[in-house]
Amino acid sequence: MAIFQKKRRNILPGFGLSMGYTVFYLSAVVIVPLSMIFFNAIPMGWEPFLSAVTAPRVLASYKLSFSTAFFAALFDAVAGLLTAWVLVRYRFPGRAVLDALVDIPFALPTAVAGICFATLYSPIGWLGDITTKWNIEVINSPTGIVIALIFIGFPFVVRTLQPVLEELEPEIEESAHCLGATRMQTFRKILLPHLFPALLTGSTLAFARGIGEYGSVIFIAGNLPMKTEIAPLMIMSKLDQYDYNGASAVALVLLVISFSMILLLNAVQEWQQNEYR
Amino acid sequence: MLKPEPLQSNPPVARKKISDPVPVQILLIGLTLLFFIGFVFLPLGLVFSQAFQKGWEFYLEAIKEPYTIEAVKLTLTTVAIVVPLNAFFGVSAAWAITKFSFPGKAALKTLLDLPFAVSPVIAGLIFVLLLGSRTPFGSWLGEQGIKIIFSTPGIVIATLFVTFPFVARELIPLMEAQGRDEEEAALTLGARGWQIFGKITLPNIRWGLLYGMILCSARAIGEFGAVSVVSGHIRGQTNTIPLHVEILYSEYNFTASFAVASLLVFLALTTVIVKAVMENRFQKNSSQH
Repeated sequence: MAIFQKKRRNILPGFGLSMGYTVFYLSAVVIVPLSMIFFNAIPMGWEPFLSAVTAPRVLASYKLSFSTAFFAALFDAVAGLLTAWVLVRYRFPGRAVLDALVDIPFALPTAVAGICFATLYSPIGWLGDITTKWNIEVINSPTGIVIALIFIGFPFVVRTLQPVLEELEPEIEESAHCLGATRMQTFRKILLPHLFPALLTGSTLAFARGIGEYGSVIFIAGNLPMKTEIAPLMIMSKLDQYDYNGASAVALVLLVISFSMILLLNAVQEWQQNEYR
Repeated sequence: MLKPEPLQSNPPVARKKISDPVPVQILLIGLTLLFFIGFVFLPLGLVFSQAFQKGWEFYLEAIKEPYTIEAVKLTLTTVAIVVPLNAFFGVSAAWAITKFSFPGKAALKTLLDLPFAVSPVIAGLIFVLLLGSRTPFGSWLGEQGIKIIFSTPGIVIATLFVTFPFVARELIPLMEAQGRDEEEAALTLGARGWQIFGKITLPNIRWGLLYGMILCSARAIGEFGAVSVVSGHIRGQTNTIPLHVEILYSEYNFTASFAVASLLVFLALTTVIVKAVMENRFQKNSSQH
């Protein structure tokens, strides 16, 4: 069968038309507009480019965006693993509702999430009350940004882990059990390594999304220069000053980093798949 | 309350399924619930509690206010343009990718997902760089009397970019799983190209297509970052629903802001429910095969 499929020829009509339109639309809507970043950043020359992206305020924003996205992704890895495990393995009333609600961060407009968290943690908000009592700064601080990004990135981890957990064969755990492993040992030595690629994929997606996130963050962040300005906000403020080259330079660094992270992830996945074969 | 896995489901050999002890289950479910309370239930509950803080009448007034109506109109106009365009593209791309073999297919698939990897602010920026009044192309358009950035067309184009992959992404795996046998059989029986598409492919993919369009609409309605860059933030003219929420919020008009936001929460909840129902349906269909 496999041999036949390889020899199979393209006999259906419409290849030229559909392919032509696909390439045209892709170029017009995505490729050409995206290339404008390069056309605006590259003619700047090396020196001005470097000084634009290493300005103290820009550097601080990169540092903030990467560190908050990293901690949020780390938290999401734990919370996502827990949620996926509970949703796949246990049966309890309300499970279907929780399962559906995992997608809320995907479906809820980011600006709404932004004003929700900003109000929730404001000094008079439901949770702000508790955090001020414990002297935890959330509003106008990196902690607040991390909280918003945890919300945004959470479904990536759950949705990549769920199918892997569902397809896990019970025999693996059974044999571990028969060989005398405790539940914890089975989890640590067998389940976790097996789930690790999916866990890494999910949290990398959450991380990549977190670096670029804007709407849910700006309300809670307070946007204080050098302290709580995220990288996308720097692009925004350069645009407001009509500094198109500067905005492109800051954007180029972000784009290159998120693209290379996704390419790296693809490469790791391919390598993993070959390893299993 | 807690039901361990039913043992009867695996006859005839009474096979004891390995599961976690009940206290561990309760603990883990409790932790998950705690997470959901903090990150889902409280934020969503807050929207409604704030929106109805001043009662029903104020709520309705905030929603019936002319600027809100204008924002809703603009958002719906954007959706009406963006969703059909991206749906048509999605079908075309999925047809090219799943019905034919050609070199570079994997690269093309990666390129289709590109907008997901781009920050919304950058998605807005690229159209300012391409079409803004300070760029060669934009100033030429301005001479012809066409204004794109800081006006409705800019909002439409930026939304087009942000929601670009949704339909294609839903259709490609679906059509890959369905294969091309049915279409090829129709071809050998003498059907023409559009007949094959209309009578075989379209009925097969209609749910996936609809679902992709729902996701595309939800994102088109809710997009904030990209639209915020290219919109002129002029009330009643270039304000979409999320931008209107932001303006009201920054004016400390919290109740009205959350009232308008509650419309978007309804939308999100509907999307999530439709998704759950559709997935249930897909799973039942695939298990029948």
